[in-house]
Amino acid sequence: MKNKMKIRAWMDKDKTMVKAIIFHPMETGLRKDKKTGKKIPPQYITEVACEHNGKSVLNCMWGPGVSKNPFLSFRFGGAKSGDTLKISWKDNTGNSGSSEAKIG
Amino acid sequence: MKQQRRTLLKAGMAASTLAVAAGANLLTPRMVLAAWPEQAFKAKKYPDAMQALIGDTQPVDNKDITVKAPDIAENGAVVSVTVKTTLPDVESISIFVPVNTFPLSASYEMSNMADGFITGRFKMAKTSDVVAVVKAGGKLYTAKKAVKVTLGGCGG
Repeated sequence: MKNKMKIRAWMDKDKTMVKAIIFHPMETGLRKDKKTGKKIPPQYITEVACEHNGKSVLNCMWGPGVSKNPFLSFRFGGAKSGDTLKISWKDNTGNSGSSEAKIG
Repeated sequence: MKQQRRTLLKAGMAASTLAVAAGANLLTPRMVLAAWPEQAFKAKKYPDAMQALIGDTQPVDNKDITVKAPDIAENGAVVSVTVKTTLPDVESISIFVPVNTFPLSASYEMSNMADGFITGRFKMAKTSDVVAVVKAGGKLYTAKKAVKVTLGGCGG
């Protein structure tokens, strides 16, 4: 898991479009390991925070129903080209990660 | 005398805690940074999940909300869903898949800068509606879209 997140952010007229993918297994806890027949323990992202220049823009709360390697796209106003967008996440097992992108 | 000093100290402490709380509020205007709603996410029945998230209020159908999803999803593990709304003051968008083991898929809290627009990819156990619940201006609205799933995506 070296490249855990991809973020693209760009100006679309006066708004900023953001697209991001977080690389994460998003295990529901319902799936069984085919070899051992044992249930795979749940591991999924619960919270994702999106910040623009340190100010919270969007706060996502996810359950196990979000697909593997979750994709997120949203749009917001009040930013300009060159600003920084930060996305950070944490999952139910205590793992977390964050990444930043410059708005193009 | 000693007693008085104690009460004074206590009062001082209470005041500073309040100040810290107020400061935190100022930093995140309008964003109610609620903790992850565990009860809503762990609920296994659709009405229970809905109730745990938004309470007893029934959301009203609204034409200003668009739920964009494929008519037929070949792979239920990855169903792309876009929820768009032209309603003003959108506070949150929540997405439910009623037939899933855990019907609440995701809930997005928007700040006043964010538009009423969100795209994500979700799992669907089988053919079902995808339901979006939008909170805007303190009121709850809903819209849905039927998606036919040919291969379920919740393992098993």
